[in-house]
Amino acid sequence: MNAATNTAASNASSEAAYYTHAYLDEQTKRMIRRAILKAIAIPGYQVPFGSREMPVPYGWGTGGIQVTAALIGPRDVYKCIDQGADDTTNAVSIRKFFATVADVETTESTADATIIQSRHRIPELPLREGQIMVLQVPQPEPLRGLESRETETRAMHAYEEYGLQYVSLYENISAFGRIAGGAGYPVLVDERYLMSPSPIPKFDNPKMHLSPALLLFGAGREKRIYAVPPYTRVRSLDFEDYPFEVQKWTQACALCASHESYLDEVILDDSGNRMFICSDTDHCATRRADGHHGSMSDFSLEDAEQSRTGGERP
Amino acid sequence: MSAALALMPDDTPLLRVEGLTKRYGAIIGCENVSFDLRPGEILGIVGESGSGKTTVLNCVSGKLAPTSGGVQFKTRRHGLANIHELSEPDRRRVQREDWGFVHQNPRDGLRMRVSGGANVAEPLMNLGDRHYGRMRQATIDWLNRVELDISRIDHKPRTFSGGMQQRIQIARNLIHAPRLVFMDEPTGGLDVSVQARLLDLLRELVRDLDLSAIIVTHDMAVARLMAARLMVMKGGHVVETGLTDQVLDDPQHPYTQLLVSSVLQI
Repeated sequence: MNAATNTAASNASSEAAYYTHAYLDEQTKRMIRRAILKAIAIPGYQVPFGSREMPVPYGWGTGGIQVTAALIGPRDVYKCIDQGADDTTNAVSIRKFFATVADVETTESTADATIIQSRHRIPELPLREGQIMVLQVPQPEPLRGLESRETETRAMHAYEEYGLQYVSLYENISAFGRIAGGAGYPVLVDERYLMSPSPIPKFDNPKMHLSPALLLFGAGREKRIYAVPPYTRVRSLDFEDYPFEVQKWTQACALCASHESYLDEVILDDSGNRMFICSDTDHCATRRADGHHGSMSDFSLEDAEQSRTGGERP
Repeated sequence: MSAALALMPDDTPLLRVEGLTKRYGAIIGCENVSFDLRPGEILGIVGESGSGKTTVLNCVSGKLAPTSGGVQFKTRRHGLANIHELSEPDRRRVQREDWGFVHQNPRDGLRMRVSGGANVAEPLMNLGDRHYGRMRQATIDWLNRVELDISRIDHKPRTFSGGMQQRIQIARNLIHAPRLVFMDEPTGGLDVSVQARLLDLLRELVRDLDLSAIIVTHDMAVARLMAARLMVMKGGHVVETGLTDQVLDDPQHPYTQLLVSSVLQI
């Protein structure tokens, strides 16, 4: 992170000069930075902040965008992913937004990025010191599904009364025979604060434990920022007789043959054919460039379509 | 009151309420209410709507801060302590560990979004149990004890009848072996046959577990069946107190006489 010293975007292109550097005004960025500092000082604690109207609707990453805007400096390299992919609509438009308003270099490479904004995934490549992971959070309160009173959930956090969270795990086991929750799996940060790790799959939960990178969570609609500082203990909740475990796949990635990454199931046609591919597109592309080949690495949707319809297009 | 107390076995009270007063602005919720509750004893509070029964119950159970007066309780952790002088986390811990609270409407006492089984097991999790199998077994044992069909353990409370919901609520409030249970009209919204069965069950459980309880009710029959001692309230004041049979068979205060004579006979 580089301190954004230029108040106006001095080197920005002419149409972007209308905006302050990184869109938000300097007072707002100061306010958000103070919230971030407090969040880092109390790992896992939800710090309220004055969330602003952003040029995208709530639910599209307003919290993450504000956190990024408060941190990003001219020398940062910015990466934005959505569901692990660099090329989805949301990721492309947020990346373009910061390229325009903050005039920063953007990348799809996890290794090259200094700030990585994401929803739903933490990249497969282990993060390193100096990197900042910004996660967009729809619902920062892990207890909300069970307790709708904000006064009550605040008291529960203050007095460390987290028995209620186990009720949801209990429900899971009695319904499915295992702790079935796949995303937003609750964790205890530094053995003190209960935290919802945004809707990342529980597959990514172990990556937060003692992570060398700083993890920041921004919830725009709910007006909360929280953090996991580097090298902080993060423990996923579980029962003694039902320990925490992550998702597993019998298949390897059909494109890069990876056995270790989080896989997405892609339906190919109406007759039930499907493929499993890495959700992290940068990870998959890097592996393929390194010479790894999966069982369907030369598969093309057009060819498949053509052979099915006999060359005729509807 | 002193005459009634003299009949009790000579051990120190579990709960001592002294000069409890609660005002809502100029309106009196309750005024100068004092009583002792001994281990294993059941106190009934009767009176018409608006007489201050629920205010007393809420003040004694720590839900409402009284205007003046004290509530001493023999806690497991802190010994004899004034509930309202404990810090909030300590008070919440006493409520969690030592007490149960059965609401008139099961919707107030249950989490309607989670299954009946999870509702019953929640107090164990609040006390730090982290073993699913053990809690599941305890839940099944308690559902058997309150005579609920254990094949419905994972159903949501809304699929149960009112009487069954109330049984779940009772199991949920007894599973963690509390020493004092507050009950606010526990059989209020139920039809008479279900009410009779539930009262029978409650009486049995309270006796087996050697529980102390405070039961707020406007139903004289419930008071007669459950409570050993009775406190009659009117307009925020205690007008008469004594052994239940004594109060109901030979009421002294005109209001109590009216109350007893108003009970419908079949």
